[in-house]
Amino acid sequence: MEGMLIDLTWQNVTFLLIVGFIGGLVSGFIGSGGAFVLTPGMMSMGVPGLVAVASNICHKFPKALVGAVKRNKYGQVDVKLGVFMAATAAIGMWWGAGVQQGIKATYGEAGSNLFVSMAFVVVLSIVGAFVLRDAMNIYRSGTTDSHDEETSKLAKWVQSIEIPGTMVTFKVAKVRVSFLFILPLGFATGLLASTIAVGGFVGVPGMMYVLGANSLVASATELVIAFIMGLGGTIKYAMGGFVDIRLAMIILLASLFGIQLGAIGTTFVKPYVIKVVMATIMLIVAVSRALVVPVYLTELGRMGLDAGMQSLLKNASFGMMLLALAVGAFIIIGAMIRGHREYAVTA
Amino acid sequence: MATATGTKPWGKFALFGVASAICYGWLFLHLNDKEMMVLFTRKEGLFPLLPVIAAFVFSLFHGNFTGYFWDVVGIQAKAHKPQPVVEEIIDEAEGSED
Repeated sequence: MEGMLIDLTWQNVTFLLIVGFIGGLVSGFIGSGGAFVLTPGMMSMGVPGLVAVASNICHKFPKALVGAVKRNKYGQVDVKLGVFMAATAAIGMWWGAGVQQGIKATYGEAGSNLFVSMAFVVVLSIVGAFVLRDAMNIYRSGTTDSHDEETSKLAKWVQSIEIPGTMVTFKVAKVRVSFLFILPLGFATGLLASTIAVGGFVGVPGMMYVLGANSLVASATELVIAFIMGLGGTIKYAMGGFVDIRLAMIILLASLFGIQLGAIGTTFVKPYVIKVVMATIMLIVAVSRALVVPVYLTELGRMGLDAGMQSLLKNASFGMMLLALAVGAFIIIGAMIRGHREYAVTA
Repeated sequence: MATATGTKPWGKFALFGVASAICYGWLFLHLNDKEMMVLFTRKEGLFPLLPVIAAFVFSLFHGNFTGYFWDVVGIQAKAHKPQPVVEEIIDEAEGSED
């Protein structure tokens, strides 16, 4: 296993610290983020793919734990909902891993990469556009100051369905729904986590629009799901000897500063800002992954891009993922500063 | 972001700061010590628990340190209003629907 451990330079460490901090800030705010940059970033340093995934997950679960504890102090975490979601997400993750292995066995590495990229593009475009439209509607309606978000029609319908023996009450989220609605939602979260490593991009909007939790509770509860799934994932990868503890702890060094700051930020901003940040990141990442689709099609013999163009598209894609995180962090810090000024005036 | 008004937790900040520095000091001293780091990738026995335990230990010390760090630099959460009592809402809903 010694061969899997690369020599770490100060440039590598600096990159991990910067991305770790920004990823932590975004995670503390919207419940997830950073993994989509960190894994390919580590691979570009020469870290084998499995080690990059394993080390990323190993930093994710303690980060999520610290974030969940912090946001629980603000009364934003529904631990019970998080446990229910994580339990069902584990099933989705297990099934998704099998699908991934099947695709890889049938179509090879390029086929697997194409599948992952297409999943990114399709899911993030649809969900990101939906969340962005909701945020824009809130902005246009002039109710951005309200902390009582309007429950979606779907969530009202889900909450109105009474199935005896399956009803569960989630006190912090202030919802009472049938467990049978949580099952597919958690399953989809796990499935996405196993495919693109960021299940929160479905889990958080799902808790908001399907179950009716508000954006603060949904994004905070996602940290519980990330902790449980991250812990399970770390144990699984550690049993295969794939965790590079140096990479995981270096990312953690900066990401814990970020996640604490992001969590503090949620107490200052208007709740709809969480939707703006989430939608912005999702849509930029979707474009980023769309850029590499022609590269994988070329590898599969379906297109004919030259090596220079393939390299350009890969670099542009990675640059856009960094941009997604940076834009998210920029909106968060801007909103925190505005929120602080308003608080200072009214306090 | 709120300016700290009470006494800042300098003691806890220093305590967890030292603990965190020891953890990260050890890590950076052995950054490219493959013989040491390969222990965390061993698969036999209880060795797979080593990365998990390390992650918990680092997060305990460094997580507390970073929390107190923002406190002592004066960036704190906005004092939030207590959550509304939701039991009444839920009890009401359960009573009317059941």
